[in-house]
Amino acid sequence: MTKRTIIPFGPQHPVLPEPIHLDLVLEDEKVIQAIPSIGFIHRGLEKLVEKKDFIEFVYVAERICGICSFIHGMTYCIAIEEIMKIEVPERAQYLRTLWSELSRIHSHLLWLGLTADAFGFESLFMHTWRLREKILDIIEETTGGRVIFGSAMVGGVRRDIDNNTLRAIARKLRDYEAEIKEVTDVFLNDNSVKHRLIGVGILSRDKAYELGAVGPTLRASGVVSDSRKLGYAAYGKIDFTPITHADGDSYARCLVRVKELFQSIDIIEQVVSKMPEGPIEVKVNGTPNGEFFARTEQPRGEVIYYAKADGSRFLQRLRVRTPTFANIPALLNIIPGCSLADVPVLVLTIDPCISCTER
Amino acid sequence: MSFFVMTKTILKSLFSKPATEAYPFKPRTYPKYSRGSIAINTADCIFCGICARKCPTQALKVSRDAKNWEIDRLRCIACGACITVCPKKCLSMKNTYSAALTIKQKETFSNA
Ligand code: SF4
Ligand code: SF4
Repeated sequence: MTKRTIIPFGPQHPVLPEPIHLDLVLEDEKVIQAIPSIGFIHRGLEKLVEKKDFIEFVYVAERICGICSFIHGMTYCIAIEEIMKIEVPERAQYLRTLWSELSRIHSHLLWLGLTADAFGFESLFMHTWRLREKILDIIEETTGGRVIFGSAMVGGVRRDIDNNTLRAIARKLRDYEAEIKEVTDVFLNDNSVKHRLIGVGILSRDKAYELGAVGPTLRASGVVSDSRKLGYAAYGKIDFTPITHADGDSYARCLVRVKELFQSIDIIEQVVSKMPEGPIEVKVNGTPNGEFFARTEQPRGEVIYYAKADGSRFLQRLRVRTPTFANIPALLNIIPGCSLADVPVLVLTIDPCISCTER
Repeated sequence: MSFFVMTKTILKSLFSKPATEAYPFKPRTYPKYSRGSIAINTADCIFCGICARKCPTQALKVSRDAKNWEIDRLRCIACGACITVCPKKCLSMKNTYSAALTIKQKETFSNA
């Protein structure tokens, strides 16, 4: 009989951007089971909703995650707006779409960099992050913050972008597209990269669906599911098809994210060309009373905000189901059978964001 | 089979300027609307305290009698809520950050 060893992986580990802990049960070099434990960075943000005015809570919601901050804030606002039956102006809807897509581009570039780092390709990591910096510059110019946008608010958005700047952004993104392609080609074509990704960590279509995976992890297994198709913000008026791939391995997850980069650039162009004139916010009067489930698509997958209000200025309950939380069962399914050296890459392919998982 | 896919990128970056800025020899420039730090024009302030009540992090303290406006820069998250609610529009957002501190202290502005 082969000897079993248990190796603790995380919460502090050189490849992990965030603290997740896995106990890996090994037989020689092969992992046969992974036992997760989470809860290292629980911050109690959901509880805080009882202490913060519902308008003010958007600042907290934005800080649930440091990467998809804007989408968190926006989803919270959508939940409140639906409860209060607030009609958000068109222009604000389009601006929300624009900022959501900028978040997606910068998040996917971040992910590509971290993955390159995980399989030991340092210079590729540096190059993807060099490109991400350019996106962050656009974000800082338009919102005032690099990762905490601070531009979502109940009833609209906090600041406008004038039309010349909008056109300049679309032009700039077109220019960056070639540069992004140059770098992502390395991910898709280079032999040493393919060697680490192809056929590693296969998640079958049925398993992905059964385990409730979301976002690129689910789409890379061939399931067409993209919450943007629900048509929140201005997505209903944008023409795009969710990107899927049939293979379900690490390479497919990488490919889906790479293609989504270019799709996001395309969506931003559509947003800029269709941007209507008009106000960017409506005044919010009264207090919310009722409950609502808001669903939006983050770079990592679908996020769900459940809000329940009783007519006072403080919500009764807020529940956030983040995409990484939904993807952890899928991760535990793909790890058994792989070799120990592949675990970092596999953990990264679900794009884990533990700080928002634990809130 | 393809190898050396990155060669072009590598050669290009060998012969181009660094992507990073030469800080601190060249100072960092911030975009116009960067949310850096809060500034107050005490001449216009009426010390009503609305900003302190609306601040989500309780970073502000206003004393009407002493005509003091106090900010804890370490608490402030530069959200701009105080600027929106101020009735006299005497608060503004600077695009530069406040200086680093070695001890925890508040900054006090007064109009005595
Ligand atoms: S709200 Fe404006 S006027 Fe009132 S105390 Fe604050 S800064 Fe002064
Ligand atoms: S910017 Fe926000 S956190 Fe800072 S003092 Fe003003 S209200 Fe408070």
